[in-house]
Amino acid sequence: MENLAIYVPRLVTTKEYFAPGHRACMGCGEALAVRLVCKALGRNVIIANATGCMEIVSSPLPYTSWEVPWIHTLFENTAAVASGIEAGIKVLSRKGRYPKRTKVVAMAGDGGTADIGFQALSGALERGHNFIYICFDNEAYMNTGIQRSSSTPFGASTTTAPAGKVSIGQTTWKKNMPAIAAAHDIPYVATACHSYPFDLMNKINKAMTVEGPSYIHILSVCPTGWRLPSDLTIRAGRLAVETGIFPLYEVEGGKYTLNFDFPQLRPVEDYFKLQGRFRHLPKEIVAQIQARVTDEYAKLKEKASRNNY
Amino acid sequence: MKRVGIEGSFAIAEAAKLARVDAVAAYPITPQTHIVERLAEFVANGELDAEYIPVESEHSAMSACLGTSAVGARTFTATASQGLELMHEVLYVASGLRLPIVMAVANRALSAPLSIWTDHSDVMAIRDCGWIQIFAENAQQAFDLTLCAFRIAEDPTVMLPTVVHIDGFYISHTIESVEFLEQAVVDKFLPEYRHPYPLNPDKPVTMGAFGPPFIYTEAKKAQEVALKASKKVILQAWQEFGGLSERHYSPVDSYKTEDADALLLCMGSFSETAMMAIDKMQAEGQKVGLIRLRLWRPFPFDELRRAVRKAKVLIVLDRAMSFGGSAPVCSEIQAALYPLRARPKVVSFVGSLGGREISAKAFEELIRRGLDKAKKGKLDELEMLGVRE
Repeated sequence: MENLAIYVPRLVTTKEYFAPGHRACMGCGEALAVRLVCKALGRNVIIANATGCMEIVSSPLPYTSWEVPWIHTLFENTAAVASGIEAGIKVLSRKGRYPKRTKVVAMAGDGGTADIGFQALSGALERGHNFIYICFDNEAYMNTGIQRSSSTPFGASTTTAPAGKVSIGQTTWKKNMPAIAAAHDIPYVATACHSYPFDLMNKINKAMTVEGPSYIHILSVCPTGWRLPSDLTIRAGRLAVETGIFPLYEVEGGKYTLNFDFPQLRPVEDYFKLQGRFRHLPKEIVAQIQARVTDEYAKLKEKASRNNY
Repeated sequence: MKRVGIEGSFAIAEAAKLARVDAVAAYPITPQTHIVERLAEFVANGELDAEYIPVESEHSAMSACLGTSAVGARTFTATASQGLELMHEVLYVASGLRLPIVMAVANRALSAPLSIWTDHSDVMAIRDCGWIQIFAENAQQAFDLTLCAFRIAEDPTVMLPTVVHIDGFYISHTIESVEFLEQAVVDKFLPEYRHPYPLNPDKPVTMGAFGPPFIYTEAKKAQEVALKASKKVILQAWQEFGGLSERHYSPVDSYKTEDADALLLCMGSFSETAMMAIDKMQAEGQKVGLIRLRLWRPFPFDELRRAVRKAKVLIVLDRAMSFGGSAPVCSEIQAALYPLRARPKVVSFVGSLGGREISAKAFEELIRRGLDKAKKGKLDELEMLGVRE
């Protein structure tokens, strides 16, 4: 089994459903995440994509990066469009006018999910449509120029919550979208990151087999918005997990599983010091964030431990 | 054929059922009509094999309709006033993506102040959304024109969303005598809907790509050409429908306009009350007639010009304001008539806002006032009817 690291990647399909040539920035974590997601989804899907980076970089008329059926309509309605596609497939296949059951996937950024698309998402989860909702979270409105969202972390500097003489930047804690999704009592919720590609693809595979709604929240490192060298995307993603800032876990039928546990979390400074958006933070604020991260991680571990009886 | 006494909303639901719609997505924003309630009942009773999506807003209602229509499902929804405004941006996507959704709108006023009653404020706010827009005058027309709307919208040469406007309460909540068509007749008139390029993994397509400046104008031109060309299909559909039902529709209807020097023009349910005024005034020897505008988009320029060419005075009654500008229907009419060398004097009235009644007698008075204003040459400003000052 010592050759596992060589063997496992060979199990992944070489087929690409998200074609190269798109206009994403160098080192874009989201483009990588989308590529991995598409590999795991395979060909038998329909994707509904919210307005945002991925829609803009992948579909400038007359080009497209999408090798699977794909639709973009607006910013805030992706979960509703996906609801319609799912219902349409259901009725047409029942009437023999649609070849087979196809999985519907909605994709949106953190703004399209946690802010403007929040209501449509909640509605679709509550109605129980058979679809996968994927939030690619780069922690701000990157497509329009790094404006803060409710998913921007505490202390990060953005163009609409900039660090200044009397402000540390974002002064609110990141909205906990996976917990909100889980509160809808849907069958499957997971967090993932492109820096853990097999874990990410496994979670997509699992969501594909779920009957009903799944929610997957993928931390997508954005070198442009995070003020990070573009060759550090993968490392930044790993550090987000290793510091406990973005733990990787699943919620299945209300039961929590922590996929990567660390007996000793790395200090949050290790993650912050790579990124310009946190550069201004004074020590006492970093300590405050550290305390919160440690606390939240302990709570999550406690939830996960309850399943181990 | 079956003739029944039925509420306008139920007649529309019956039309959607006879059309065998595959999907309905709707939200009961106030003011609600019974259209989608009756459809939900049909589905619950197994009388209609469709997916009914009880969405969490009107924005999501139209968004879900985009999804159902894009996979090739025959799609219907209904809304009114505030709900229509909440759908606003999605309406442009439906027409831009050429998705033949059919919608009934129970025309009503907009807040503030809150009003649930009839006028055309909601319609005029979506004037430019690229949908085919047709006005019904009564429950029978609402039934007929809804059936025709599917045929028109889904025609492979059209592929445009279509809205049938019915005046809230006057049509949506009034019980009238309506004649239905047999299912077999409808099935022949409305073949199964096939989207030419649906979302389907067997043949992947990209829908809703973004249009950089070098291609956006061409995309909009294509949409304009399609909407204008749809008139031919609309006329064909109405003609064929006339053959089946003996009820005939045209973009502009002239009522007792032979020898008329003065014409009144209105849209929607009020034309039936206006007819009573015209009948009475003609009996008294006055040379007045009525123009009923049925097709709002694409605007029937030729038909309108032909219909009013000989008149000396044209009195236009709008049921919506364009604050600080001309009344919306009147400005459209004026623009249509401007290139003509000989054209009637146009007098603009705005009335019946937020459900205020205009009786047949009030119509007589309106026509007299219009004639008087035309005689005095007071054509520069619109007049709001019956305002208490």
